[in-house]
Amino acid sequence: MQVHIEILLIAIITASACALPGVFLVLRRMTLMSDAISHAILPGIVIAFFFTHSVSSPILILAAAGTGILTVVLVELLQKTELIKEDAAIGLTFPALFSIGVILISRYTRNVHLDIDAVLLGELAYAPLSRLTVLGFDIGPVALMVMTVILILNLAFIVMFYKELKLVTFDVGLAATLGFAPTLIHYGLMTLVSITTVGAFDAVGSILVVALIAGPAATAYLMTNSLAQMLFLSAGVGSVNAVIGYLLAYRFDVSIAGTIATVTFLVFGIVFLLIPNRGLLSIARRHLRQKWEFAQTMLVIHLLNHEGLPEALDESEISHLYEHLQWEPTFASKVVRYALNNRCVSQNDSQLILTDRGRTIAEQALIQ
Amino acid sequence: MDVPKTNAISVMDLTVAYHETPVLWDIDLDVPPGVLLAIVGPNGAGKTTLIKAILGLVRTASGKILIHNKPYEEQRKIVGYVPQRGSVDWDFPTNVLDVVMMGRYGSLGWIRRPRKNDRELAMHAIEKVGMEKYSNRQISQLSGGQQQRVFLARALVQDSNVYLMDEPFQGVDATTERAIVGLLQELRENGKTVVVVHHDLQTVSDYFDWVTLLNIRRIASGPVQDTFTSENLRETYGGRIGFMKNR
Repeated sequence: MQVHIEILLIAIITASACALPGVFLVLRRMTLMSDAISHAILPGIVIAFFFTHSVSSPILILAAAGTGILTVVLVELLQKTELIKEDAAIGLTFPALFSIGVILISRYTRNVHLDIDAVLLGELAYAPLSRLTVLGFDIGPVALMVMTVILILNLAFIVMFYKELKLVTFDVGLAATLGFAPTLIHYGLMTLVSITTVGAFDAVGSILVVALIAGPAATAYLMTNSLAQMLFLSAGVGSVNAVIGYLLAYRFDVSIAGTIATVTFLVFGIVFLLIPNRGLLSIARRHLRQKWEFAQTMLVIHLLNHEGLPEALDESEISHLYEHLQWEPTFASKVVRYALNNRCVSQNDSQLILTDRGRTIAEQALIQ
Repeated sequence: MDVPKTNAISVMDLTVAYHETPVLWDIDLDVPPGVLLAIVGPNGAGKTTLIKAILGLVRTASGKILIHNKPYEEQRKIVGYVPQRGSVDWDFPTNVLDVVMMGRYGSLGWIRRPRKNDRELAMHAIEKVGMEKYSNRQISQLSGGQQQRVFLARALVQDSNVYLMDEPFQGVDATTERAIVGLLQELRENGKTVVVVHHDLQTVSDYFDWVTLLNIRRIASGPVQDTFTSENLRETYGGRIGFMKNR
């Protein structure tokens, strides 16, 4: 039982730690940079491993974070030449660094506990096996301690520089003129993303860490109009995804990281479809309603234009709408039913008569 | 307000280049305090670049820029900036009040949070631009004119002495344009210096009292009645002046 709780805790804390900087990456359209960083840190980890011969040394995290920053610098240098755009610069930089890491592993560390599968996919289930002991006391899994420290670091940075992060993200020009060094904030954020990525990679591997960074933030983006709420929602969504993912993975005995990433995508999809006002479903419903409302307005304007004139009887004949408005009979009868339901018109035998309500709607539409 | 006697802005021998292609060639420009100045010139004349150079946002190849006799870095707090409306992402999750409050960040400095006082100043600026009904509105739901008013309110709340505005009339309707001009003229009456990148030659004489004609070089700069002559305009726009007048 304790193992389950520990794995769940690691999953929740890792997800929250990733989801917080993820908000700023999504808003700055830089989620791909987290993908690049998560791969490019590999050579940093491998080289640090040569020196420490340990996979859980804090030096590994620092070395990886250094390589992460190097990735950002390289991408920006390439971009500054203006010979290459950002996406291509990212696409060139991280496979280059990552492949160096892959070669180093296959050449020198064939027989050690640093295999490519673990790097790529991570293994949450084994995370509780590596324990942190202080003075002989077991105080918990290393991954849990590391991710808690990283979560606190992320929280502290965002709470402290909330105003600066917001300004630099929204309006980099104003930030610069007011003296809030945007480059400093940018690299601060990128350092955090690098540290978070390498911390999380133990649990979920370097591919799925992107799902933890980008997924919850993108989901939260659809759910709110406030940056502060987006941060809370992102951490919340990330945690919920982690819990559901773990429970499903346990139930069906499949990869935990894979399941969490899949749940992340599903939850995004559900929010994307169902969220009121900007979800796909409510947009479709709004379009449909607008279509019928517009047709109804056309109908009442048509009736108003001919009201009280000699041709009125002919023009307001339901069966003649087909001819006068060039509407399909089925469409015309649907519009008539819609207008009748809304009490914009009333029916007298086969004649349509404008009600007061319908007249007001027509007159208002004509004024606009 | 006591108007300082020094030039609000002096630009000396400013050259800005991208990859050795000059965008601004050896610009000299003195803006006296308390004027409402239009920077006018064809597309690609370097109008935006000039403003950005004054604000230290682009690297200069040569030259010196002073705001009330001191470099910009020492004068940040007395300079207000209205960037082009299209320079930011209006889908950013925030509301009108929050954006206007960003104008207070400069005087707050690092880390300190806005307080009740800053909120009141921001609300006051929002009222000034006639947006009080929209203070809680999500910024993506604003029209172009409303976005421009929000940017203006954000500059007003900086309570600066010198204002630099990049096309504040771009994409706004006639009512908003008149309202914005009224505000700019009010700023000038209060002794502020306002520099505006402007596109519409027809309205220069009505709106502004000072004009700078720019086309990579500074063609002319001075009071509108002496400077805004057809001869200077022809030099600024070359053969394109007829086309511009028809706009």
